[in-house]
Formats: sequence, structure tokens, C-alpha cells
Amino acid sequence: MSIALETRNLEKHFGGLRVTRDLSLKIATGARHALIGPNGAGKTTVINQLTGVLNPTSGRILLEGTDITDLPVHKRVLRGLSRTFQINQLYPDLTPLETIGLAVSERLGRGGDWWRRMGTRDDVNAEIADTLGRFRLLDVMNDRTSTLPYGKQRLLEIAVAIAAKPRVLLLDEPAAGVPEGERKDILAAVSALPRDVTVLLIEHDMDLVFSFADRISVLVSGALLVEGPPDEVARDPQVKAVYLGEAA
Amino acid sequence: MTTNVQSDVAYHARQHGRWHWSEFAYWIAVLAVGLAFPSRYLIMTEIVRLALFALSLDLILGYAGIVSLGHAAFFGVGAYCAGLLSAHGLIDEPLLALIVSGVAAMVLGFVTSFLVIRGADLTRLMVTLGIALLLEALAERFSNITGGTDGLQGIDIKPLLGLFEFDMFGRTGFFYALAVLFVLFLLARRIVHSPFGLSLRAIKNNPLRAAAIGIPVNRRLIAIYTVAAFYAGIAGALFTQTTALASLDVFAFDKSADLMLVLVIGGAGYLYGGLIGALVFRMLQEVFQTITPQYWMFWIGLVLVVIVLVGRQRIHAAALFVPNLILKQLAGRKAVVALSDNEAP
Repeated sequence: MSIALETRNLEKHFGGLRVTRDLSLKIATGARHALIGPNGAGKTTVINQLTGVLNPTSGRILLEGTDITDLPVHKRVLRGLSRTFQINQLYPDLTPLETIGLAVSERLGRGGDWWRRMGTRDDVNAEIADTLGRFRLLDVMNDRTSTLPYGKQRLLEIAVAIAAKPRVLLLDEPAAGVPEGERKDILAAVSALPRDVTVLLIEHDMDLVFSFADRISVLVSGALLVEGPPDEVARDPQVKAVYLGEAA
Repeated sequence: MTTNVQSDVAYHARQHGRWHWSEFAYWIAVLAVGLAFPSRYLIMTEIVRLALFALSLDLILGYAGIVSLGHAAFFGVGAYCAGLLSAHGLIDEPLLALIVSGVAAMVLGFVTSFLVIRGADLTRLMVTLGIALLLEALAERFSNITGGTDGLQGIDIKPLLGLFEFDMFGRTGFFYALAVLFVLFLLARRIVHSPFGLSLRAIKNNPLRAAAIGIPVNRRLIAIYTVAAFYAGIAGALFTQTTALASLDVFAFDKSADLMLVLVIGGAGYLYGGLIGALVFRMLQEVFQTITPQYWMFWIGLVLVVIVLVGRQRIHAAALFVPNLILKQLAGRKAVVALSDNEAP
């Protein structure tokens, strides 16, 4: 079994606060791995370290066996590590067409072209059309992102991450704030990912986690509590205690 | 079906970069005005220079979101470079001297960009302001080279391409400056509608997301800052070449501050803002100076406050109300002139 993403003894301190404690994770290639934990367990901090937004205090991060701990954010993306944000991070003034177009251009290494107009490369256009179609964004592709309904913005958030053709995709609460009716679009998009793409899902919604993940890691106070297949984790007394409250 | 969608995508992706008929109209009008008022070449040249200078600021402010209060640094370097090249007879061909001066400013832009891209807006304001002040002081300190407060002596601009003498009415100067503005405008237009230009707007909108799709944010900002410095340097060199003057005020703080006003008046982020703003700013200045020679800054200040409070959108809508009413009668609803809503905060 090959390892897509690995952390070794990851530590993150904010002042005296240990937000990530000696975290060693191994995520297998092609896995549908979920990282769960109560509020404030430090899940997003882990994601931010994996993607390079935050530097760990100590410990290493490996992507497909290569140490990426010191790489800046954009270089990790080009190596195949892409993410979505818990709170939408989009370009309010740009259209979905432009947003996806940028992601595709950068991945193909054409993002720095300054002499060529947008829309003049067939390979880029084909991929934009394909991505917008898959995420049902074609009808709004020329609208400013800030005017889109929230559900569409959420789809765009995930579409951008997937347009980078990641080998490892980090989904930070993809369904957060999305009304029940629009959730299925997002879930369908995520489950339609090729099987060899590794997905690390951070989620609060337990139904979603148990229907999606084939392996679950439980994070409590920045440290790994339990890891295993879903049924095992569900039965674990420690996990029950955490999730049903200290009283249980 | 798929190819249909793809060509649809291609069509809309190019939409932004397509020439609108109003753009043709604009440039034809500019040329017509240039030909129609031969007695006004000097002020028109001034407007063209200011427009080019504002275009430079628009590239970093309107597209990449980099605020600057020291853009005169590059203008000044371009101006002195062109002056020194001429005064010492190093390069006699004005066009070549112009490009060399632009490159000199560009080098300074590249070097200082590393300071500017750090930090947020306030830091950038202070760093850019500081750099301009530094250069002004240096120019004063080394007055043996720059001529100090008296200005650089002995600037003698040779005929353009060896053919066109810079005449006292400023005819050559005007058409020279206009041609330079047009060429650099075309280049800027190309740049902002490229994937590179779009990535700048992405960075301005959301640097966090920009990095998260693989955009090398810092490298892009350095690149556009360097290009903008080149533009400002060219504007400065044009100043020296068309006036045969170079003195310390090319670095002055009001130069950078006026430039902000120009962009606020014209609107940032659609390239024409600087061009329109330069014209309006200079006209306002002219009008107010005739009304109250001493206190014209009062009126400029008032206009500025009104623009910011009322909002450019509403002023544009009001200014375009009558022309649009006529257009609507003639050509239907679709013909109305709308200005870009993509403006600086």
C-alpha cells in the first residue's frame, strides 16, 4: 500500500497553546479518509499546515514520499495537493468561467502568459467546459461570483479545487452551510472523483462521514485519539465519550 | 454538443479582451482633438503624459491591488535619466533614450518590488512614499549630477528619428507622446486580458485562494510592479524630452498624490480610467485656476470628497443620462453606454 500523504510528529504551537500535538498520519493512495473531531480539535490547523498556509513548529509533511514541509502554497498545488476552504474563498469580481480558467491555466503552466489572450487555447477551453459542465455551472459561467447563490458558490469552491487535477484533495467541510436540497450536487461531485485521487475529508456531519469514508481519524485537542475503519471507530468507547459529551 | 459548449466557453473567455466600438470611438476622438487644436499642444501633451503615468498606477492599483504613494520615484528616475542622457550627449536619439530611461526605472522597480510586496496596504503606502522621498533627497544631495534645485542644465533634445525637430509649439512633442501612449496602452491591454493579467485580478480579489490554485503570488506582483515602473519611467522621460526640463519636483510627493486623484476621478481597473481621469483632472485644474488662482486646490479637494461620497457609479450614470437617452431612441436599449463596474475600492 503506497502512502499519498503523511505527517511525521507534526507539532504546531501558537504561543503557549499546542494546537497540533505529535500528529503522525498516513493516508493511503486512493483512500477516502475522514478527519473528524469536536469543535476546536485543530482540524483546520492541520489542513493549513498540510497546504502550507501555516508552518508547523516541528515535524515533517510528505506528499507521495517527498518532503514538502518547506514548499510554499502554490508549489504544493502544482505537485498535486489541492484543497477547498471551510468558508468559501473565491474571487468576488471574477466569473466562474474566469475562476476555473485560471486554475486550469496555472496547472498547465500557462498562467504566466502575458502575450496571449484568455480563451485562445483549445486545451484550456475544453477543460473549462468540462469542469463547468460537471459542476452544473455552465448557466451561470458569466455571472460575477459575488452574485451567485450560496449553493452555486459552494460548488464553484469545490470545482476550483478539482480543476487543479489534484492527486490528493483536502475537503474542509464541503457541505457546510449548504441547504439539504443542494447537498446532493456536492456529494455527487465528490463521489465522481477518480478512484486514484486520495481524499481527506474534514467534516462535522457524521452521516456524510460514515457514508463517504473508508477510514476515519479522530482528532481531539490536536492529538490523534483513534484511527480505523468506520464501524470500528463508531464502536470505540473513547470516541463515544468525546462525541456524546463527557457525561457519557 | 461538447464542442458547442467548448466554443461557447472560448467565446466568453475572449469576450473581455474584445475591442468595443466605444474604444475605437475614444481613440479616434483623441486623434481628432489633437488635430483640431494646434494652439493647445502644450497642455494636451501634459495630459497625455499624465495619462501614461496614471496608466502605470492603474496596472498595479486597479489590477493587482498594490497601493502606492510614491509612484513619482519611477517618474523621476525616468525624467533624470532622459535628461542626463541628453545633457551629456550619451544618446542623441530621443526614442532610444526614452526606452533606456524606462528600463532604468524598471530596474529600480524590480529592486524595490521586494520591499513593496511585503505587508499590507498601509505598509505599502509607507514603503512607496519612503522610497520616493529617499530618491528626492538623493537627487538634492548629488546636485553636481542632477543640478539640484536649479534643475538639470544643458538638456538639448535632438530631432526625433533624426527627422522631426521638437518645435516650440509642441507639435512633435504631442504626437510623439500620443504615439508612445497608444503603443504602451496596446501593450497594457494585451497584458491585462492575458492569463497573467487575470491572475493579477485574482490576487487582488483573494490572495489566499490565488495561492491555493497554484498562482505564484509574489512573483506575479513583482512582475507587474516592474512593468508599471517601466511605464512610469517612460512618462517621466517624456516629460523631460517634451519640456527639456528636469528638476527636483519630478520626485515630489504631490506628483504621486495627484496621480491617485486622477485614478479616483477616472476609476481604476479598466485602463481607460487613467486616460479619462487625466483629462478631467487637468481640465478641472484649468477651470479652477481661472476662477480662483490661489485656491484651486480647495475645489479639487471638494470634487474629490464628492466623488468618493456620492460614488463614481452615480456620477457616471448622471453624466451619461442624456447621451444614453438619445442613443436609446436611435438604437434601442442595448446601445446604451455603460462604464465598467469593476473599480477600485
